[in-house]
Amino acid sequence: MRIGVLALQGDYDKHLQMLKRLGVEAVPVRTAEEVRQLDGLIIPGGESTTIGKLMRRFGIDEAIIEKVDQGMALYGTCAGLILMANDIEDSDQGRLGLLDITVRRNAFGRQIDSFETDMTVPELGPDPIRAVFIRAPFVTEVRNGVKTLASINGQPVLIQRDKLLASAFHPELTEDTRLHAYFLELVQT
Amino acid sequence: MSEIEKSTWRTKVGLAEMLKGGVIMDVTNAEQARIAEEAGAVAVMALERVPADIRKEGGVARMADPLIIEEIKKAVTIPVMAKARIGHFVEAQILEALGVDYIDESEVLTPADEMYHIDKHQFKVPFVCGCRDLGEALRRIGEGAAMIRTKGEAGSGNIVEAVRHMRAVTSEMRRIQGMREDELMATAKNLGAPYDLVVEIHKTGKLPVPNFSAGGVATPADAALMMQLGAEAVFVGSGIFKSDDPAPRAKAIVDATTHYDKPEVLAELSKGLGKAMEGLDVRQLEEKDLLSVRGW
Repeated sequence: MRIGVLALQGDYDKHLQMLKRLGVEAVPVRTAEEVRQLDGLIIPGGESTTIGKLMRRFGIDEAIIEKVDQGMALYGTCAGLILMANDIEDSDQGRLGLLDITVRRNAFGRQIDSFETDMTVPELGPDPIRAVFIRAPFVTEVRNGVKTLASINGQPVLIQRDKLLASAFHPELTEDTRLHAYFLELVQT
Repeated sequence: MSEIEKSTWRTKVGLAEMLKGGVIMDVTNAEQARIAEEAGAVAVMALERVPADIRKEGGVARMADPLIIEEIKKAVTIPVMAKARIGHFVEAQILEALGVDYIDESEVLTPADEMYHIDKHQFKVPFVCGCRDLGEALRRIGEGAAMIRTKGEAGSGNIVEAVRHMRAVTSEMRRIQGMREDELMATAKNLGAPYDLVVEIHKTGKLPVPNFSAGGVATPADAALMMQLGAEAVFVGSGIFKSDDPAPRAKAIVDATTHYDKPEVLAELSKGLGKAMEGLDVRQLEEKDLLSVRGW
């Protein structure tokens, strides 16, 4: 099983550390060629506009879309969630458009409104996870088979469709490996 | 729903984590901010004059006009940072009230206090501070800085000081990592650094917050050099908007920061960028003209 973390920009190191803790071979990925060798890919947190532009400049967006078509699992956190959406409110920025959802950027406010909270995710068991939201987006509408796994104030912040997983928050900034382990199960299905 | 905790240490350092591998660009108006965002900047630094102009024009350099900051905030969706003078905690309070995403307590502005830096723990907004060596970095982290940048020599267009400061920080960390535990207190004393942070570096070999580079980046190669020397992201001040053709240079520096370890990519994106900003020989500058010696 070969897992990559898109390392164009963002907190990719934190994801790599998380995967290492789970005993998985994980590699930073910066080219389309590297994407083509993966069974699973994580798009980290970062600036979605920057990552979107760099993906396009280096032809990585097409490689990801093609690989997802062939069954590669994909998990996006924060910026990754935004890039996976097909509809981003008030924005024409580059995206992958893999999930039929509408997403609102900086939906909770600016940095001084960044927060953390305990959140229960039934798929991960009864113990809550510590969810860290940083200038985070939320999902305003899910369509076409996209399942909501967790919400805040009725706004989806953890969603899934088949082998595609996306969260508005950052499990990689905590010590809790359960959501990454859940993603690795998706890779293997 | 469970209780929400805002502005925790984790959210402050967390935003710095999100900026890694990116370029933060100095801008003085909304139009420059849009050029920066379009080029792929991860954040912009709002200020009234870029360091090269501060250096040329002299006088007291202060926090930017809140009107400029508001315009820049409206112009872009990426994080907006702004500079406060060293020790000027009221400028910092104003910047926090304006809702900027990060405050740079910066030696580029004229210091307001030559004894004390801002007590950054008291703020909800996170801070970045400059350093020339490890002791200075750890003192700033002790005061609550959630991101460190090596100072370099701002507005010089000369990378030599940035290299000196980054090497000073990383080589000292390697030295501490190899020490016996009973040597750490004496090291903390000699560095003038909090003991706990020295112990943490002994264990991890890394600063407890992200470590970026600033001051003197003028070309894609400069940015890649800092990344290969251990910077986790790059601030570019005068280097973009004091060059002949800012937009393509900005984009090339963004791409170079991502592909910093691929010389063939760097060769390609360095082509035909026009004239870089004019640089200064730092050794010809007098002590009074150096910005990096401000703060301690």
